[in-house]
Amino acid sequence: MEEKLSFEYAPAPESRALVTIKPKYGHFIGGKFVAGSKHFPTINPATEEVLSQISLAGKADVDAAVKAARKAYTTTWSKMSGKERGKYLFRIARIMQERSREFAVLETLDNGKPIRESRDVDVPLAAAHFFYHAGWADKLEYAGLGTTPKAHGVAGQIIPWNFPLLMLAWKVAPALAAGNTVVLKPAETTSLTALLFAEVCQQAELPAGVVNIVTGDGSTGALIVNHPGIDKIAFTGSTEVGKIIARAVAPTNKSVTLELGGKAANIIFEDAAIDESVEGIVNGIFFNQGHVCCAGSRLILQESIADEVIEKLKNRMAKIRVGDPMDKNTDLGAINSKEQLLKIRELSAAGDSEGAQRWSAPCDLPGKGFWFAPTIFTGVTQAHRIAREEIFGPVLSVLTFRTPQEAIDKANNTPFGLSAGIWSEKGSKVLWASQQLRAGVIWANTFNKFDPTSPFGGYKESGWGREGGRHGLSAYLKGVSHE
Amino acid sequence: MSNRIDVKKTYKLFINGAFPRTESGRTYEVKNAKGVFIANPCLASRKDLKDAVVAARAAQHGWNKATAYNKGQILYRLAEMLEGRRAQFVDEIVTVTGVSKAKAEKEVTDSVDRLVWYAGWTDKISSLSGALNPVAGPYYNFTIPESMGVIAAIAPETPSLLGLIDSIAPIIVGGNTVVVLASTKAPLSAISFAEVIATSDVPAGVINILTGKKDEITPWMASHMDIDGLDISGLGAKKHAEVKTAGTENLKRIYSFKSADPGRILAFMENKTVWHPIGL
Repeated sequence: MEEKLSFEYAPAPESRALVTIKPKYGHFIGGKFVAGSKHFPTINPATEEVLSQISLAGKADVDAAVKAARKAYTTTWSKMSGKERGKYLFRIARIMQERSREFAVLETLDNGKPIRESRDVDVPLAAAHFFYHAGWADKLEYAGLGTTPKAHGVAGQIIPWNFPLLMLAWKVAPALAAGNTVVLKPAETTSLTALLFAEVCQQAELPAGVVNIVTGDGSTGALIVNHPGIDKIAFTGSTEVGKIIARAVAPTNKSVTLELGGKAANIIFEDAAIDESVEGIVNGIFFNQGHVCCAGSRLILQESIADEVIEKLKNRMAKIRVGDPMDKNTDLGAINSKEQLLKIRELSAAGDSEGAQRWSAPCDLPGKGFWFAPTIFTGVTQAHRIAREEIFGPVLSVLTFRTPQEAIDKANNTPFGLSAGIWSEKGSKVLWASQQLRAGVIWANTFNKFDPTSPFGGYKESGWGREGGRHGLSAYLKGVSHE
Repeated sequence: MSNRIDVKKTYKLFINGAFPRTESGRTYEVKNAKGVFIANPCLASRKDLKDAVVAARAAQHGWNKATAYNKGQILYRLAEMLEGRRAQFVDEIVTVTGVSKAKAEKEVTDSVDRLVWYAGWTDKISSLSGALNPVAGPYYNFTIPESMGVIAAIAPETPSLLGLIDSIAPIIVGGNTVVVLASTKAPLSAISFAEVIATSDVPAGVINILTGKKDEITPWMASHMDIDGLDISGLGAKKHAEVKTAGTENLKRIYSFKSADPGRILAFMENKTVWHPIGL
């Protein structure tokens, strides 16, 4: 009798009538949309439906964008008072709030993430980033960089596909507040919300050329990185590409910030609140399909509670609703691209062949689109590829420990250092562990929390610099004594 | 009196609190401004650098864990020890570089004062750069600067003592340990400063000093995978691009500095943000 008491969710699809997607897009340069020459399709990864044709920017497009950004910097933006610059940012924040549902729907269609997340996390946080940084524009002399901090000039910004609009906000808002103009390139698979953001810039009457958006792939990114007319490079993406950028920029005078990969440890001590920890583990690795640089992808469990936690975790994972990202009840959406799906499959296969035990939540995956069931590997050792390499998908590697020091040693045994999680009800242990972990963001008894006031960024090979807060703002200002 | 033979010092490296010779057995001649032979300091090898990094890595956890008060007192102790040996340092600077006694005295005075200045930073830097972040939710959220790890530094050729102090002190103020390459032409101050370090309760391995050639050692520092940051203030600007490129293999933080200010300390510190829920 009890087994039959199951609650099925009726479909609760969000309407896509809110968005108008043009059949073809160009670039946004000098305040205007300009036609591109070559195009490539952008698809909905949940259905493989072609949503639109995106322009592939070449040298002429990037040159034009840099030229427009330079002109806007010299003639308008650098001459405007911080107070006035700030008002434009406040306007942008407000318009993003007004059009938030439109942004959320478009993000979900183009990226594959659940509407619940784009609606409740990505878009509100993006607007919050503009609102926060707007207030900095007329207060730069209090940012701790001397009384006359100066903008770099033109910033070239390259962002990833996992949080398209939010990463745009992390990049554009501080750059503009500090007085830079920007040339931004969204990721190849997720250009649509950046192009909608260009409309917001028009509605906000942002002076032409302050924000320029060119779409394309890695070849467009390379044109930006190597462009002599750009003063500052900001990149979020893989450590592999980050190192290529660092090498390209090393002989130049360009300033660089890099927000790169991670392999975060999520440590559960035996005195943790177990049910809350299980929720934290799920949020840590399955939020945004695990397409999160700071995902808690290595679960480090104290041996005494390992069996109990894994059983509860499997039980919880079986209840994760995988499927239509536009359904408001969906927890886990589509993998962003076929390429990423193949990478997740390849690394998972390495987990099998190296001797870890795979368990995937039983769920029906849609026939079309790119999907991967929530998966954990137990019996993982530190030498396994799935414990060392960033999978960037809904795949969790489980390791165990006996003493707190062993947990720290395992957690820190990685060239990455972006984030880490700690679960314990003992305050002194939480603070001790937070001191020992070599990572830029520590979530204690929580995970995957973000805020514009809170600096985010990595140690070691997870990157250079911070984003958010006063520390993040300083990346867009000159005024420090070193170079 | 005049026919007494001087007892001359053998100038060695300073690694892990001891004064070893270079394992390579190599030395080079240091001459004064007039070309007169003065000493045969060590020409440090790649293996010496590796040994120094191993010592620095082993010492880092303990040094970082020392309280800011304790670190400040040890830095102040360096100033005390240097003050007491002013005459020796003035002599060495005059002998090697040929500058006037007054100029050498000023450099030593500035060096002592600079150490005192840095000593005071250990317990203030985190309140300068840290933050309590007012996040939009029930979380206690703070950011603090933390040590970066093992930092290597190329000290400038001149001023050989003051430049060395600026290459060491800001790095260790931040809880890092350091491997520094001394001025090639005027390394005597650096080696004598190691004697100051050895009598100042600086734990072994926290400061390691090599002597040798920049062109040889800098690329090894840049490509060493267990060095987290590199101060290239003492390296000619023409070499910066090459070193920065080599350092990208582990995304080393590589900077050069023009002045002594808190930014020089913070450059080799990482910012850590910690979140914790607030609630019953």
